[in-house]
Amino acid sequence: MTTSAFSIVHFEFLCWAALWTIGLSAIALVGGSLLGFVIALARISSNKSLRWASSLYIQLVQGTPLLVLLFLLYYGIAVFVGPTIPSIVAAGAGLTIYASGFLAEIWRGCIEAVPKSQWEAAECLALRRSQRMVHVILPQALRIATPPTVGFVVQVVKNTSLASVIGFIELAQAGKLINNSIFEPFTVFVVVAAIYFGICFPLSAWSRTLERTLNVADR
Amino acid sequence: MSPIVKLTDVHKYFGTYKVLEGVTFEVPRGGVAAIIGQSGSGKSTALRCINALEAIQGGTIDVCGHAIQDPELNRRALRCDVGMVFQSYNLFPHLTVEQNIMLAPTCVKLMRKPQARDLAHQVLAQVGLAEKAEHYPEQLSGGQQQRVAIARSLAMKPKLMLFDEVTSALDPQLTGEVLKVMEELARGGMTMILVTHEMAFARKVASQVIYMHKGTVWETGSGTMLDSPRTAELRSFVNNGL
Ligand SMILES: Nc1ncnc2c1ncn2[C@@H]1O[C@H](COP(=O)(O)OP(=O)(O)O)[C@@H](O)[C@H]1O
Ligand SMILES: [Mg+2]
Repeated sequence: MTTSAFSIVHFEFLCWAALWTIGLSAIALVGGSLLGFVIALARISSNKSLRWASSLYIQLVQGTPLLVLLFLLYYGIAVFVGPTIPSIVAAGAGLTIYASGFLAEIWRGCIEAVPKSQWEAAECLALRRSQRMVHVILPQALRIATPPTVGFVVQVVKNTSLASVIGFIELAQAGKLINNSIFEPFTVFVVVAAIYFGICFPLSAWSRTLERTLNVADR
Repeated sequence: MSPIVKLTDVHKYFGTYKVLEGVTFEVPRGGVAAIIGQSGSGKSTALRCINALEAIQGGTIDVCGHAIQDPELNRRALRCDVGMVFQSYNLFPHLTVEQNIMLAPTCVKLMRKPQARDLAHQVLAQVGLAEKAEHYPEQLSGGQQQRVAIARSLAMKPKLMLFDEVTSALDPQLTGEVLKVMEELARGGMTMILVTHEMAFARKVASQVIYMHKGTVWETGSGTMLDSPRTAELRSFVNNGL
């Protein structure tokens, strides 16, 4: 095995892997948001069995390590459908489920943080439940939800690295592969960390801007 | 003339705790009823029962032809007929004054935006706040916020207005400006039920004073009842309250 120094080729490989990290995060967040929002609504629904089922879902997802969830989807499903499913599908599904369980609980909390008196005022104006939700509660919950949601998004970006265990090559795994060949762990992983930072920092910065804008709207 | 609101032997429990114990009174069209009484006597609960915010366990309440005790009650139709204003204003903080007022007419009555905006300006003028349409609630004083809350209710053209201690969070000067708006409403013929600690206002504006004590209507009569109470309880309430 030839040992060479960290080069532009390695850097390009890392950037390419970073795209997979971003792509996987995006899949997890879009899927997780849609599913999580529906589950958050089910969680505060007036229907008892809906509340119960969504609560169970959240408990199960939050109580299962993401690693186990990924193994389960990748190897477990294969037992039933025959050949193993592509790792991107298993990783996307696993992270989607993971994100939905946490986002649902974060958002439920934010919706419930809007004072009861706001519900009541809207009710006294003859708004139906869905109108109260859309026009009165959700806009206020959105403001409350921004910081914890972005905080969680950053967690998701970092947790995509777990997808490497089912053969998905993303940023962390790419770093490991490069290091296996050139044995320059410090250089390689500093670069890897810098790229993660480059992805996550704009998110936090954007969150702060958003918070300010939303606060202005609430002035 | 048939009453707009009629409570008959209303009983209300929170769990096993009895809050209303056979409340009976009625308010005719255009009447102004002032509910007074010690804290905890069930005034707010009575008001909330009238607007079906609380369920009752006994008796009947008729509000503009809606039977509140009916399990099939159409709550949205009821709320179109009844406006309610709270001590804590409860304006929507993310909407401007104008948007606060336009929301229900556009959502519930499907009014078009331009008409709703005209309506908003009209009710704002009525409470003396025409120039505040573009402001957000937190840019207003408490008294102004409360007047916006009244305007927001008025925009739905209610047949009955309920006020629950709407001036209790305000200092005397701001209280005055809110009471003035309410007095004008009463003079304009609005049927109103108000829970209040403002004895002078009750005496002057109310066509009927209802003194509640321990979940019942202890004594009721015209404003002059406050000058010559029949019961010892009202006498001591009036003396301590003044
Ligand atoms: N949601 C509730 N649950 C339990 N008890 C309540 C509730 N609301 C009011 N009460 C009780 O009912 C009684 C009457 O309350 P309320 O109608 O608010 O009185 P008032 O408005 O005359 O001060 C009080 O003892 C109060 O503690
Ligand atoms: Mg009260």
